[in-house]
Amino acid sequence: MTAQFLYGGAGLILFVLGLWSFLVHAPLLRKLIALNIMGGGVFHVLIAVAYRGDGVPPDPVPHALVLTGIVVAVSATALGLVLGARMQAGEREG
Amino acid sequence: MHLDLLTDPLVLCIMLPLLGAVLTAALPRRAVLLGSLMAVATSAAAVTLTILVWQSGTLRVALGGWDQKLAISLRADGLATALVVMANIVGLGISVYASGYFRDPERMRAFWPLWLLLWAALNGLFLAGDLFNLYVMLELLGIAAAALGALTGSRDAIAANLRYLLVGLLGSITYLLGVALLYTAHGTLDLDLVAASIAADDELFAVNAATLVLMVAGLALKAALFPLHFWLPPAHANAPAPVSAALSALVVKAAFYLILRLWLDLFAPVTGMAAAMLLALLGAAAVVWGSWRALRAERLKLLAAYSTVAQIGYLFLFLPLLAATPAGPVRDSLLAALVLMAVTHGFAKAGFFLATGLVQTNAGHDRIDDLGGTAQRLPATTFAIALSGSALIGLPPSGSFIGKWLLMQCAIETGQWWWVIVVTTGTLLAAAYVFRVLSRAFGLEPTPLRFITDARAEIPALLLALVSVAVLGLASGPLWTLLGLQAGGDA
Repeated sequence: MTAQFLYGGAGLILFVLGLWSFLVHAPLLRKLIALNIMGGGVFHVLIAVAYRGDGVPPDPVPHALVLTGIVVAVSATALGLVLGARMQAGEREG
Repeated sequence: MHLDLLTDPLVLCIMLPLLGAVLTAALPRRAVLLGSLMAVATSAAAVTLTILVWQSGTLRVALGGWDQKLAISLRADGLATALVVMANIVGLGISVYASGYFRDPERMRAFWPLWLLLWAALNGLFLAGDLFNLYVMLELLGIAAAALGALTGSRDAIAANLRYLLVGLLGSITYLLGVALLYTAHGTLDLDLVAASIAADDELFAVNAATLVLMVAGLALKAALFPLHFWLPPAHANAPAPVSAALSALVVKAAFYLILRLWLDLFAPVTGMAAAMLLALLGAAAVVWGSWRALRAERLKLLAAYSTVAQIGYLFLFLPLLAATPAGPVRDSLLAALVLMAVTHGFAKAGFFLATGLVQTNAGHDRIDDLGGTAQRLPATTFAIALSGSALIGLPPSGSFIGKWLLMQCAIETGQWWWVIVVTTGTLLAAAYVFRVLSRAFGLEPTPLRFITDARAEIPALLLALVSVAVLGLASGPLWTLLGLQAGGDA
């Protein structure tokens, strides 16, 4: 039970740290990393929720959510990077 | 997979545009033809769905034959269907317009898959029956919308839409944390089951309240509620015209729909008057500030974008009135008025943006002060701007006239008279910014030879504007039926 709280609590702390970093830092790369840390925090919470005690198989639903969430986060990050790269390329040309 | 599921309009509304997105991406040379076909098919599915819901009430489907706790569930109730039918008719109009809009073949090929993906996400969001699918659709919507908005490739457009993407991601990740907390507390993601669990258990009030704050804050960012609207005007004003129409008329509305859904269905026992008042105050600020900035805007598209900020504000004014009104025909009418305003704005703003795009192409710019003579050159387009403008103001017989009327009536009856001042101010400012455009549009050039100059581009704008004014205003009764309410149009 303690491990579950530690893990979930760490997830919440990660979320808040990521939020702080997202709001404070201007560079695109730092913002994208910050968003991914926030996402990681939410995934921590979900994995902690899935724990149902030793010897009992974990709840599969949150695990499925985390997997889907990772896919979504990767695609969103990719689009952010592409748009950022386009902007930089435009700056160099013009 | 059961075969009958494949012909269910509920499933088709999401699968057809998704299939279209794949097809247009795989066969880019035929993108316009395939995309248009899929747009027509999707709209047909949406209309079929509307008729079914009309006849037999709420529809539900659990995909894959799993039970309610595990399956991807779709459901179409009156509220969802009203927005689906609006989004799909507007979407069809945008598709027809877009099929002739893009001169550059590369842009045109990029537009169709993204646009159909956006469409699938919209329908998916309106029809999703569980919290996590809502998250996936929300994320898909945000990604497709940001990519579409950056389609012109100009620096301003990319910068504005990169910001839009980041803000959207922040909003949806905050919503996702809310989903995780709700699953922790209630052990299910199904909307109905979570709602029942929240209603049954008072002890979890703190968790529920925290979740409500997280979810509404994240979604308010996506719905551009004042003061979280800062990203909207540049993103919407720099997108290509059909994309601006979709973003302003539909995408923002989807985030609001989700707030409404959570507020009314899920968190009804948790939401209090104070929270509703706070959101309505922000909405009031949005009405005044958005209308004021629209009046001061120098470019037509920026004017339309700020007007969206104001129009979203009106929708939030309904929350404290709904909270103060006991369940009954009066509250039902108020809810229908809210939906009517949202739907009217969808049609009007889409018509407005499509017409604006035509002005921009024709005049080579969209500076309001230099629009002299547009009415003479593009009479049908100017007429579309005037019609949708009158719906934005809320002149009779537009749908928003009825919406605003019921809103003000209820504000006085519940003793919250101050909202009347907000609505009046917003309406006067809207009249000022619409007439400012129209007064510039008439110059001194000779009268035109033809009413319609470019049918494929002008007719969708005109029809959408016409729906917002005439159809929704004069025949809004069916909306009450669709929402499952007794005909209370005379209330």
